[in-house]
Amino acid sequence: MDKRLERILPKVQKPARYVGGEYNQIIKDKSAVELRLAFCFPDTYEIGMSNLGMSILYHVMNSLDFVWCERVFAPWGDMYTEMKKAGLPLYALESGDSLSEFDALAFSVGYEMAYTTVLDMLDMAGLPLRSADRPALPPLVFAGGTAAVNPEPMAPFMDLFVIGEGEEMNNELLCLLRQAKREGWSKRDFLRQAAQIQGVYVPSLYEPVYGADGALLSVQRQEGAPERVTKRIVQDFDAAPYPVKPIVPSTEVVHDRVSLELFRGCVRGCRFCQAGYVYRPIRAKKPETLIRQGIEALKNTGCEDVTLLSLSSSDYRHLGELCDGLLDYCESRSIGLSLPSLRADNFSMELMEKLQKVRKSGLTFAVEGGSQRLRDAINKNVTEEDLLHTCRIAFEGGWNSVKLYYMLGLPTETDEDILGIAEMANQVLHCWRQYARNKNRGVKITISTSCFIPKPHSPFQWEAQVSIEEYLRRVNLLRSAITARNVTYNWHDAETSLIEAVLSRGDRRVADVIEEVWRRGGRLDAWSDYFSFGRWTEAFKVCGLDPAFYANREIPADAVLPWDIIDVGVRKEHLLREREKCYVSQLSPDCRKQCAACGAARLLKEGRCDG
Amino acid sequence: MDKLRLRFEKTGRAVYISHLDLMRTMQRAFSRAGLALKYSEGFNPHPLLSILLPLPVGMGSVCELMDFRLREETDLAVLPERLTAVLPEGIRVTEAYEQKRKSVDLKWLAVEGIFAYDTRDAGQMARELEFFFAQEAISVLRKTKRGMGQSNIRPAIREINFRPEEGQVRLYAVLSAQEPTLNPELLAEALRQLEQALAPDFARFTRLETYDAQMQIYR
Ligand code: SF4
Repeated sequence: MDKRLERILPKVQKPARYVGGEYNQIIKDKSAVELRLAFCFPDTYEIGMSNLGMSILYHVMNSLDFVWCERVFAPWGDMYTEMKKAGLPLYALESGDSLSEFDALAFSVGYEMAYTTVLDMLDMAGLPLRSADRPALPPLVFAGGTAAVNPEPMAPFMDLFVIGEGEEMNNELLCLLRQAKREGWSKRDFLRQAAQIQGVYVPSLYEPVYGADGALLSVQRQEGAPERVTKRIVQDFDAAPYPVKPIVPSTEVVHDRVSLELFRGCVRGCRFCQAGYVYRPIRAKKPETLIRQGIEALKNTGCEDVTLLSLSSSDYRHLGELCDGLLDYCESRSIGLSLPSLRADNFSMELMEKLQKVRKSGLTFAVEGGSQRLRDAINKNVTEEDLLHTCRIAFEGGWNSVKLYYMLGLPTETDEDILGIAEMANQVLHCWRQYARNKNRGVKITISTSCFIPKPHSPFQWEAQVSIEEYLRRVNLLRSAITARNVTYNWHDAETSLIEAVLSRGDRRVADVIEEVWRRGGRLDAWSDYFSFGRWTEAFKVCGLDPAFYANREIPADAVLPWDIIDVGVRKEHLLREREKCYVSQLSPDCRKQCAACGAARLLKEGRCDG
Repeated sequence: MDKLRLRFEKTGRAVYISHLDLMRTMQRAFSRAGLALKYSEGFNPHPLLSILLPLPVGMGSVCELMDFRLREETDLAVLPERLTAVLPEGIRVTEAYEQKRKSVDLKWLAVEGIFAYDTRDAGQMARELEFFFAQEAISVLRKTKRGMGQSNIRPAIREINFRPEEGQVRLYAVLSAQEPTLNPELLAEALRQLEQALAPDFARFTRLETYDAQMQIYR
């Protein structure tokens, strides 16, 4: 172990997260591999080690025998300060080697608020932030993850982006990188070649052109660069690699359990939801595959819990069969089974009984909109009746706490809709009075609101976000309408949502703001401990950009969008159609009832979308 | 099988695993090895595992002891190998046996320490350290059950000696393990409080062996 590291570890909280050595980590002989890859997660160990995508790709990339892929996380503030003081550069957990020894840095970026941390990790690795300032190859610096569906705000920093699912694409890229390293290619030559791999976006091959009003006019592309980059998907999801020997953290992390991904994509099509569109087409695993993988992973980790992940797990066609199969193994071993993404419209007593292990303390439902009209407008197909029915089952079953999530500022929202949220809380309370088995323990109803964020590739991508003042007005309206003692109201702060909206819909110029924020000390901005709104507003001023231009402006439907370069499968016409239906509060049938030919199915070479 | 005891090492990167995390790590290792631990009865059942002397974070050991119970008969001879195969780097089980002695009989711990001196002469430091710890009373300010208080740590040091090496001094000490418990860290802390000139730039410790009151090896 590095002597400097050894000396600072006793001074920081939870040092185990900075040393590696966990069970199932992958150790290779560094002199025997051709490429060393630092897989960087721009957040803490506790968050990153809870991320299934990271775990999958760690094993996928390590399945190449010429690659050693190691993990890197962002240090918490105390460790960050000590590392700076000791002059210790960022290092990878498995080997402890400094990132300067690596051939590639791959960032997994799931959310926009991690952008400043990406820059900070590059800096801690001793690398210049901008791709143009890193003329040599290696190292290659690239990024992927959900946030990359609009790569533009981070474009100047990355050599390339991998768009979509990385299971196949990453390894194709690494094979090409090996060839480039062996044959001594220039970085430019390598990037031109890499751009030919489906799903790879090389921003330096494209030049945005802006109009006098600041809006994006067009994008000029260099010869050989594809007109649009189509995201990659795993064709046969049932056969997709799944880590049955995941790393078992030696210290507490956020989600310390075996996670099974039932399917990718979502059949619902809520109009605000980016994930519901960018993960299409819908592909499911067979229940027997999931049961086998779950049991194997439980055996190899010794975990006490297994959870069923997916955007809306209760829409899985074989949920009963899957739960039964897993419970057969779990029950006798006191292993808990949990299903986090329940929907209020198909929650059943039967399902609840299967999940008896779920702690009886809390049930969470995303209702999103306060009135039926608004829920129809956003295509959130949950009725008041569904919700109250579910609450009744829950209260009869002994639950005594319900959390309801809403968004404020959704397109077409009126004050009446907002007051509907308070009304709904009263109804739930009434339902508890009527049906609770045991009233002595009391009831806790929590209403949470966040501010709507227009997201690229969703039907609401053109919509304006309400201003901070307007969001707060709506919060106060709701606050004064909630009077019952047993109802608690929490609201998400609007400042983070504004910045998130800017970063989500940003163009390449926003990169300057991100860099400026980092220069002023910004990192770990996803944490309220570190987020500073003042730092962001100052950076916008310095860079001559207006956050409202990105967040609070309705974008004309015929405008060129910074993320038009990325084809996620779903066609723009479909998004526009869905948006139009919002204005007339018209629901769209979910994919199970009727395929709306959104366009995602054309990404499948064979087989059909499991909508 | 009840009243079983495990002897194991915790070295290298594993020294940073905290006591609480180690309990979970052990529990999972048993599960991975296919060994069913006995659980407590009651509302919130937990596996019956207990570590005799919790090890401070950052300290190594080649003599940790842990008591446990198993639901089924198991060949204890192969148990160390089975567990070590499924433990994280740095944790190695060396023995598994039926416990014969109560945990209160454990009285002394032999420890090895490294005091790093980046710029000072190790030979001179070693001589002065011998001198310092030969004092009749060494009173340090430390956290006790009743808050901060002054206490004399000298009676808890049965034996201590120092050997100079390149840039560091290696110490060997026999310290009281229980009643009172002397955390070896206090040896360095005493210097920081009382004799700055001898305070090391960095100190780390490893537990070597467990003894009873008569200085017989305790198992
Ligand atoms: S192709 Fe049809 S079924 Fe598949 S996601 Fe699109 S609309 Fe739904």
